[in-house]
Amino acid sequence: MAPHDVRRPFKRPAISDQQRRRDLSLLRQAQNRRDAQHQARCLASSVLSLQTQTPEPVPELEIELVEEPESKPEEESESLKKDLDVCQASKLKGAEARKWFASQLMLPEWMIDVPDRLTHDWYVLARPAGKRCIVVSSNGTTVSRLRNGSVLHHFPSALPCGARTRDQSGSSQSYCILDCIFHESDQTYYVIDMVCWRGYSLYDCTAEFRFFWLNSKLAETGASDSPSRYHKFRFSPVAVFNCDPSGLYAAYTGVVSYVKDGLLFYNKHAHYQTGSTPLALVWKDEHCSQYVIDTDGKGDIPSQQQVVLELQDDGKLSTSDDPPVVFGCLDRDFIQRSELHFGSFLKFAIGDGGLSFVDGKLEKADLHYLGKTNRARIFADSYSKVIFQYMVRHVPLKFDDLLASVSSSNDQENKTSDVEMVG
Amino acid sequence: MAMEITQFLLAAQSADANIRNKAENNLRQLQQQNLPGFLLSLSFELANNGKPTESRTLAGIVLKNSLDAKDVSTKEALVKQWMAIDISCKSQIKDLVLRTLSSPVPEASHTSAQVIAKIASIEIPQKLWPELIQSLLTTMTQQDSPASLKQATLETLGYVCEEISHEDLVQEEVNAVLTAVVQGMNLAEHSAEVRLAATKALYNALDFAHNNFQNEMERTYIMKMVCETARSKETDIRQAAFECLVSIASTYYDVLEPYMQTLFELTSNAVKRDEEAVALQAIEFWSSICDEEIELQEFENPESEDSSSSHSHFIEKARSSLVPMLLETLLKQEEDQDQDDSIWNISMAGGTCLGLVARTVGDEIVPLVMPFVEANIMNPDWRCREAATYAFGSILEGPTIEKLAPLVQTGLEFLLNAMRDENNQVKDTTAWTLSRIFELLHCPANGFSVISPDNLQQVLSVLLESIKDAPNVAEKVCGAIYYVAQGYEDAGSSSSLVSPYITTIIAELLRTADRTDGGDSKLRFSAYETLNEVVRCCNISETSQIIAELLPAIMSRLDQTLQLHIISSDDREKQGDLQASLCGVLQVIIQKFSSTDDTKSIILQAADQIMVLFLRVFACRSSTVHEEAMLAIGSLAYATGPEFAKYMPDFYQYLQMGLQNSEEYQVCSITVGVVGDICRALDNKVLPYCDGIMSLLLNDLSSSHLHRSVKPPILSCFGDIALAIGEHFEKYVPSTLQMMQDAAKACAQLDSNDEEMVDYGNQLRRSIFEAYSGILQGFKNAKPEVMLPYAQHLLQFIEVVFRDRQRDESVTKAAVAVLGDLADALGPNTKILFKDFAFFPEFLGECLQSEDEQIKETAGWTQGMIGRVMVS
Repeated sequence: MAPHDVRRPFKRPAISDQQRRRDLSLLRQAQNRRDAQHQARCLASSVLSLQTQTPEPVPELEIELVEEPESKPEEESESLKKDLDVCQASKLKGAEARKWFASQLMLPEWMIDVPDRLTHDWYVLARPAGKRCIVVSSNGTTVSRLRNGSVLHHFPSALPCGARTRDQSGSSQSYCILDCIFHESDQTYYVIDMVCWRGYSLYDCTAEFRFFWLNSKLAETGASDSPSRYHKFRFSPVAVFNCDPSGLYAAYTGVVSYVKDGLLFYNKHAHYQTGSTPLALVWKDEHCSQYVIDTDGKGDIPSQQQVVLELQDDGKLSTSDDPPVVFGCLDRDFIQRSELHFGSFLKFAIGDGGLSFVDGKLEKADLHYLGKTNRARIFADSYSKVIFQYMVRHVPLKFDDLLASVSSSNDQENKTSDVEMVG
Repeated sequence: MAMEITQFLLAAQSADANIRNKAENNLRQLQQQNLPGFLLSLSFELANNGKPTESRTLAGIVLKNSLDAKDVSTKEALVKQWMAIDISCKSQIKDLVLRTLSSPVPEASHTSAQVIAKIASIEIPQKLWPELIQSLLTTMTQQDSPASLKQATLETLGYVCEEISHEDLVQEEVNAVLTAVVQGMNLAEHSAEVRLAATKALYNALDFAHNNFQNEMERTYIMKMVCETARSKETDIRQAAFECLVSIASTYYDVLEPYMQTLFELTSNAVKRDEEAVALQAIEFWSSICDEEIELQEFENPESEDSSSSHSHFIEKARSSLVPMLLETLLKQEEDQDQDDSIWNISMAGGTCLGLVARTVGDEIVPLVMPFVEANIMNPDWRCREAATYAFGSILEGPTIEKLAPLVQTGLEFLLNAMRDENNQVKDTTAWTLSRIFELLHCPANGFSVISPDNLQQVLSVLLESIKDAPNVAEKVCGAIYYVAQGYEDAGSSSSLVSPYITTIIAELLRTADRTDGGDSKLRFSAYETLNEVVRCCNISETSQIIAELLPAIMSRLDQTLQLHIISSDDREKQGDLQASLCGVLQVIIQKFSSTDDTKSIILQAADQIMVLFLRVFACRSSTVHEEAMLAIGSLAYATGPEFAKYMPDFYQYLQMGLQNSEEYQVCSITVGVVGDICRALDNKVLPYCDGIMSLLLNDLSSSHLHRSVKPPILSCFGDIALAIGEHFEKYVPSTLQMMQDAAKACAQLDSNDEEMVDYGNQLRRSIFEAYSGILQGFKNAKPEVMLPYAQHLLQFIEVVFRDRQRDESVTKAAVAVLGDLADALGPNTKILFKDFAFFPEFLGECLQSEDEQIKETAGWTQGMIGRVMVS
């Protein structure tokens, strides 16, 4: 029989530094693997590197661009039809990066007719007036960017990883992306959608889930608290209602802390789709918005509706939609005489002949050429915008129409008619 | 059929190497030409009383080695070989070896006992030798069996029990074996040789006696016999009996209550008066009782009545007599016992047991030990001072900080002064006690430390002075510095306290590493390990300049090892050890610097030179790669990122070598980890190397030689590779997924009663999920359809894991993540599948309610991913 082989460690620390090195390496590798997989799971992770790689100031040209949508909020359904995937996007610099950012927001179409099942499948909220921006918190700082990618604020916030404070846990891969409107007078970011939370992408989640997540998570962090040293701006959720009569009414008439600029409608089942989408809609009238009819560069309302269209190579004038909607055609002589180039954006007034429709489709438009647009402009108007503006001037879609459409379909199954926050 | 082999067997033991080699060749040839005949010849040789003892013994050993080997895969091959032999030949061999047990030549009978046990280890589990136990027992009950035969038979029973599992015998067989063995211990009937053999056999048979120990009458009988045997007049029999008691203490702790009074007297007499070999076992008995009670306390489940009722509090009840007995032993030190690692004596065993008692009873140990400490610590006799210090050091783990803090705070000053004692052993133990104090009572991050801004300077100046003392003392001082440094890890502003001393500490440690007066390399090793901890725990923003200067110093030392003149294999080993220490330090520095953006550039600037050194270290050896250099390269790849690509052409051969090193599985495992680091660093630039890497990994995974602990990391590594190279992983999918499915199947076959296997199963499951995650995410943007055929299997596997009650949190996390990855990558294609697998809402629900934030977040994301699929 072998001797009892108990040679218990005597006066020796029970450590092996080599084992410790192995263990720590394994720990680091496990952490790195988790981060790598995590990053792969998060579509927009490259937003992070973009944000740190593009610290240079925004050139003048872009700043002009900022002004325009500010005075006429949310008028374009522009979408950079660049199929950049996130991996490529992370390598972009400067202006390219800003362009990419510009295409990261979901842009609602204008409501020109009432969708079916509005009361069952849609949410409604009162849209705050202000600057639409994308807010990214990561690595101990928070950056908000306007739709053109230029930086609005760079600040500490109580969002996860939004400030350099001791108690921030989680890896550097943890970050958040919020879709917000910055409301100037109370210096508050109103969060209208949540795109990523703590590194988890919500792009491919339904609006139902996103709003639920937004409401439960935002409150947890203290981001809705009043500003403090490590939390420069308040982030406030916006009340979201089921689009039944009482919800619609509450959104329309309810008293809120911000100036309203129309109503936003979200299809509950739709994902966060960047660029223009018919699954999110915007509508407004004089009661809930200061800017119902578009103004010109000086802030005045022109006597005739103006539209911006793109000149195609066959002389057709089209909207920014995909596929484009054709409003008219210019003949070759006129193009040559006026020294116009294909792809340029031209401004027209809609004359007394107006727009005529057959079977709900545009048949004819009475266009009068006004001139070329500001060179900084990169998109034509969208079809829904032109039609909405046209309707505002002639046969507006009234709030009562909306209310009527939700009331008529409301009688059967819908019991949750109380004013109700989602989540 | 049998051959004449005596001459070869004798020649194989010749002093002349030529004759020996030739004979060994002849034997090998015979074995290869006709294995059954050869084995039969060996048995004839062993059984033949007319042959010389030497050839018989060697025949037995060769026979034994043809049945068993240490290496698992060799052993499997040998077992297959044996199974293939004709049955009549095998029974002839078995008869011959059984017959040899009665040989009057003890060497022959002893060797045949071992051979029988090896055959039994193959055949008994398969029920191929049912008559063996009976025939051995018959020998024992025959009145006329000579004592030598009984002795050999008991030996055989002992060996057989050692080889097989208790499940291989039916209860009647167990009963008969135990009866035969215990009767063999009977003083009145048997000679000392028989009783010794019986006692040793009982030691091996104890594991079989679970049912017998549940029966009070049988248990009491066995205990009575063991206790009687423990009072035999022959020392070796007493020792063997005490070894049985040690084994009983851990195997049958829960039924010992009625015997404890007797056992206390028995062990206490042995400790005080018996020979050291016996006394050591008597102390070990109490150490084993402590082990049991500590385990019961650590795993105590307050909700379960069972665990608390099985705790008998033997130590607590015996403490007032047990502790003085142990304190006595501390005074029996040997001179210079600290100079020799192979010494194990009664004072060391007693001190170790005292430490275990402290961990068992906690605060209650303090009043029992402190009077002894106070009475002896100033005694002119060094033995008293050493024993008092050792007693104090031993009880530092167990009692609460509240109880110890005042004692240690007053004692610290005394101990620091005692580092100037005239006696080496006293200083050795004092330094060890200081290291225990700093390990256990210096934790500024948790708000308590015996080291304050007021005494830090004194502590360090004593330690840095004493590190120049004799090598054994210096080594313990290194341990003390290690724990001083460790206490300041993550200690916030407290860590600044030690920053002003870092330069001096590093300089002294480097000087200590250079000392040549140590008999072996232990002191140098300790100095470098302590240096690592100092670097790891220092406040980087305050000391980055100092560490930046340490980097070239270590690099130049590593460079010097490459200039060493290597003549002997001993030189080679020393060079390797030194390189290991230095690569270790470099790894720690790399990791420290790459942890912050401000310091990362220091590594990037030195990366080329560091890599050249590592490559040269690799080049020092021809067939193996240097483990520590490999570990360090992983950190370097992490630090350099895509830049690492330029080192790949030179490094790749060593990467291959590491992946092929299944013998030193730690090296292989570390290399697999480095592959992961490189994938993350290089991304798709790793593609040119993937064919080679994948084939080696697949090879490793299917190898039966490779230690199983490497297999989960390999699976995870598949995920790393797939994530890096995306759609290019397609060609590896068939073979890789097959392996992953096999691994998933293997999980189900692991023994769920074996804690170690449960752990392993969890690792395996987590790794399979990580592999799927990496592969799914890798294909997501390019070719998700490649993974479609595997989706169902994955969901089935997740469901199995979900229902597994032994699933740990890390597995849950990986499972819920891969569920989301599946939906994310494959999209609407999985809609029907998800509808089929109704378990997932339940699983998500469980995860969403988890306490673990990460699991909750991941589950939320997965819910979103699946939700998207379901509405599509």
